[in-house]
Amino acid sequence: MAIKNFIENLKNLPKTFQESFFRHDKPTSDRSRSQVVFGNSFLHVFSTRVHRYSLKKTFTFGLGIMAAGSFVILIITGILLMVYYKPSVELAYDSIKDIQYIVPGGNFIRNVHRAATNVMIVAVFLHMARVFYTAAYKRTRQFNWLIGIILLALTLMMSFTGYLLPWDQLAYWAVMIATNIAASFNELTDALNITRYVDLGAFMKIFLLGSKDVGQDALTRFYWLHCIILPVALTLFLLAHMWRVRKDGGLARPDKLKESDLKGTPKDELSDKVFEYAPQKTYGLMCLVKGKSNAVSRGPEQTVSSWPHMFTRIIAVFMLTFAVTCVYAFFVEAPLKEMANPSVPENPAKAPWYFLGLQELVSYSAFMGGIGIPTLVLLGLALIPYLDREPQEIGRWLKDKESRKVTWLSFGWAAVITLGMLIFTVNCGWLRNWFPQIPQLVITFVNPGTVLVVLFIAWSIYCMAKYKSTRMAAISLFTCFLVSFIILTYFATVHRGPNWDFYWSKAHWPMH
Amino acid sequence: MDVQNDKTCNHCSVSDSDKKISRRDFLGIAAFWSCITAWVVTIAGLAKFPMPALLPDISSAFKIGKPEEIPVGSEKLYPDKKVLVKRDEKGISAVSLVCTHLGCIVGKTEQGGFSCPCHGSKFDSNGNVVAGPAPKGLNWLEVSRLPNGKLVVDNNKFVPEGTTFVV
Repeated sequence: MAIKNFIENLKNLPKTFQESFFRHDKPTSDRSRSQVVFGNSFLHVFSTRVHRYSLKKTFTFGLGIMAAGSFVILIITGILLMVYYKPSVELAYDSIKDIQYIVPGGNFIRNVHRAATNVMIVAVFLHMARVFYTAAYKRTRQFNWLIGIILLALTLMMSFTGYLLPWDQLAYWAVMIATNIAASFNELTDALNITRYVDLGAFMKIFLLGSKDVGQDALTRFYWLHCIILPVALTLFLLAHMWRVRKDGGLARPDKLKESDLKGTPKDELSDKVFEYAPQKTYGLMCLVKGKSNAVSRGPEQTVSSWPHMFTRIIAVFMLTFAVTCVYAFFVEAPLKEMANPSVPENPAKAPWYFLGLQELVSYSAFMGGIGIPTLVLLGLALIPYLDREPQEIGRWLKDKESRKVTWLSFGWAAVITLGMLIFTVNCGWLRNWFPQIPQLVITFVNPGTVLVVLFIAWSIYCMAKYKSTRMAAISLFTCFLVSFIILTYFATVHRGPNWDFYWSKAHWPMH
Repeated sequence: MDVQNDKTCNHCSVSDSDKKISRRDFLGIAAFWSCITAWVVTIAGLAKFPMPALLPDISSAFKIGKPEEIPVGSEKLYPDKKVLVKRDEKGISAVSLVCTHLGCIVGKTEQGGFSCPCHGSKFDSNGNVVAGPAPKGLNWLEVSRLPNGKLVVDNNKFVPEGTTFVV
């Protein structure tokens, strides 16, 4: 009898296994399509139904998914690179060379890893701009904007810690410069003559490098940060970010939607159903959800089932990201210079492009350019939703004429001021060239970088007063930040050469 | 209950505000805050873990030989140590070549000064800042004599500009 049962069970194995794996029917009904999503621990961060407006291509451009998708590519290629990489001062450079020239496909995997970094950073910045210009940080979404800023900082830290690992000239000197930026509290404490009491600079340096110099301990620490701490932190915050999107009622969308707004978005049988009065709960737990959560007392109007409509789109964006990354990796080689040489700096020692704007600021003052202004910018970005609480329609790109006007004016203002400041500094120098004996404290606080920041803040306050709106102030400040970031990055990438001197192009660099 | 408590504790003075907290609440609050304290202290202790007790760096001091071996008017570069040692009529001095801005190595210019390749700081022959973002001049280093007569330069001991070791 038992043997008969056993054989029967063996025969039914595929079926019973499948039933234990998928505990719902094929996703052919609304019910089973929902079950696919909320019955799955990974898909559960998404909601079962998604608003049609959230699937509008010209609203999100898929930028958030693109950023997350490139992170997935980074994790996979990163794990592969870890197989051959050796985090030791003597072996790191050679192991990268092995990956580059001996390991089959190693060169391509390394190129993809680097390409995906660039894609991720661009996507993260554009995603932030999308959320800002559609005012999607308002109405219960303030905290998710904050998580987004943390993700931005983590993304930049990830790419920076990865930069040291090849242990080539570029890596060594970029990290030397960056850790000295972290240690540039000294510029301030020295000028105030209090370094003896609070040596924050030395503390930062030893904390980051485990030593006073960039050496084995620094490599170990950066490897540890790059491969464990930061990816785990980024994954956790990313999950919280996506979960919050769901809990805040999906992506931001306007209150009143016209049929034309939903053009080109999918539809299913439930989409057009309108409930006379909103259902108080959709399923068991929802009766507990009250208060600020957006999903309370809402029917499924104008939503479609996430499966398949949203997931096919997510996969499409992911495949696009993957394709872009692969093409980029095929044509652009990841750089690898000579092995690190602590006695001869690279000239010029340039950070990766996304840090070059910062490096330009650092060439005015290490402390303000490297710590003061970035802290101010991150803090300013983080506080936007808390300082601009004006009620307004969300979910549309720069909805009214006024905000478009302010954006363009700010664009012009920032471009003129930033370019003017750069031209002025290159041609006329700065305070020290005119008054050689000037105290350092003055230069720390009055340099082209801080002057730009002050002019931007002044412009923003002017906009706030003129248009009587904190949203206009936020738009002007954010636009200024974006424009000057792009201009400074461009300027430092193209026009800065050996000794950080100005050159029209690389062709004009002196031979050395 | 309160009356009884007063009787058992008539040797100590209990103010009204103290009486308002029940034993259960007291234990609960005490447990809560000791839990918080334990977490804070533990996290603070763990956060200190990455601070190395001993730095792995090699000694910052290095020998440059006996004074007789350094001719007057000579200049010698120690690339590994990032130090320039020179001797003039007044004596022997050592200048660190690490830029005070962000740690790149400055190079000698044709005019006798120094310039930094990374962010364009420029220094005169004594290491004073002439241009660029460097917050202060190049560091002058202490030169001292060992009992066996050899001279030692210490990369960690800064001395005022112009300090020379008189032979």
